[in-house]
Amino acid sequence: MKFSPLCTLAVLLSLAFTLATGLALTADNWSTRAKSDNLFGMLFGDGRKLFANHFFTMADVYFHSGYYPSVFDGANKESEIVETSHGHADTPDDELKEDFLGRPHDWVDAFGRNFRITRHTHLEAHNEREILPWLRLAADLDPQKVETYSVGAYFLREHLGRTDQAEAFLREGLRNNPDSCEILFELGRTYHDGLHDRDRARNVWQLGVKKFLARPADEQKEDKLLFEEIVANLGHLEDEAGNYADAINWLRAAQTVSPSPDALQQQIDALQKKISAKSP
Amino acid sequence: MNKIFALAGVVIKELYRRKDFYVLFVLTALLTLAAGAVNFFHDEKIVRYVKDICLLLIWISALAIAVVTTARQLPAERETRTIFPLLAKPVSRWQVIVGKFLGCWLATGVALVVFYFFFAAVTGSKEQIWPWGAYLEAVWMQWAMLAIVIAMVLLGSIYFAAPSSTSTITIIVVGGILLLGTHLKVIALQQPEPMQFILTVVYFVLPHLEWYDLRDFVVYDMGLVPVRAVVLATLYAAVWSGIFLLLAWFGFRRKSLNT
Repeated sequence: MKFSPLCTLAVLLSLAFTLATGLALTADNWSTRAKSDNLFGMLFGDGRKLFANHFFTMADVYFHSGYYPSVFDGANKESEIVETSHGHADTPDDELKEDFLGRPHDWVDAFGRNFRITRHTHLEAHNEREILPWLRLAADLDPQKVETYSVGAYFLREHLGRTDQAEAFLREGLRNNPDSCEILFELGRTYHDGLHDRDRARNVWQLGVKKFLARPADEQKEDKLLFEEIVANLGHLEDEAGNYADAINWLRAAQTVSPSPDALQQQIDALQKKISAKSP
Repeated sequence: MNKIFALAGVVIKELYRRKDFYVLFVLTALLTLAAGAVNFFHDEKIVRYVKDICLLLIWISALAIAVVTTARQLPAERETRTIFPLLAKPVSRWQVIVGKFLGCWLATGVALVVFYFFFAAVTGSKEQIWPWGAYLEAVWMQWAMLAIVIAMVLLGSIYFAAPSSTSTITIIVVGGILLLGTHLKVIALQQPEPMQFILTVVYFVLPHLEWYDLRDFVVYDMGLVPVRAVVLATLYAAVWSGIFLLLAWFGFRRKSLNT
């Protein structure tokens, strides 16, 4: 029996086409990789989280203009961009602690320092924008890393005056992490401090409190400082709005987890004086 | 001296006749322009990541050009047997070594200047500033480091069997020094004896190529390195290049040239 080569080719091509149309739909379910929501997910799988952490660290390196401890210098502290986004400012003691280089070990080390960045500085005067590409990449690689969104939005709003971009970035984070109290807290700050929209800030922070209280008890214990930040901000917001009774309730809630309840008590006392002055 | 410059001239001509430099330059340019075209949060002024990427590519490209160009010089002369008429000119063996070194070093310098002009054009167009002093220091220091690398490769090309093995070994050694050179003492202090002693000796003996990497100063706009430090580092590079060239000459002097 003889087969013409052209005829064989045509039959094989028809078979390949028929199988492709039949299998295309089911093939999607064979591999979990096909379900990845973005290009990075498909390329790197779960390894993308390592790259995301690296890029997040790169943002911190840029924030310090290259003055940053390596793995050999025993780098083991929380990223300073995260601390800054929570309102932490370095004290002289902090500055001393962050001098990871110390005294030169020998003449090679001493001479080599001429060619390294040896000053601890932070980006300022709108140069903070330079950390943004790394945060964007970190968010693309690991959309579940909520710090990326809160830190990025903080710098966009507080240092660059880009409230619209901050809100958009947080909304993207919220779509990827619908239960994140951190993102809701930052979104509330964006509405309150950036857009001066008290009502939306109140709604977002109240949703944050609701989400926080829905968490398991051990998670609540771990993140109690976040809870304090949200309720304390709600307290101040109600104080600004003239709702002193509500403000007192929120500050009392903050007192239950705060490391400095006395300071909050002073604020509560001041609010009670306002209520008494208001009542006839 | 004329013979040395004539030999160096041949090496420079070889660089622009071969495709290595053009391929690496186009690759660097494309990747840098692609990175620069990305828009982050609608902010046109973000530039440091572009500088970082471009300088990294320049470092990789310059290292590749220096190592690959140098590694094939002496083996190619032997394989094609052009070494015999060359030595019959008469050109002495030390002149061959110095001429090849000078040619490779100058050729790499030309490539570096082209790369840095591209770098200055791209980043300057974004941030509208051209810190020429910082660029000049960065180019000079990188070029000084490449002198050590080129001399090291010349030495390797005399003892190792093929250009590929010379290139691979040199790139591993240079990469290792650049990554670990600064930290070797810290690592040594964390080790038990006798490892601590061995690593400390290595730390003092190896050429500290990491000193010549001024990328951070350019990327983060941290100003200039003191001129005295640059001069001393240049002297250090000259001494190390001299040591490697001398060792290469010792090896080449006794080497049989028949393949």
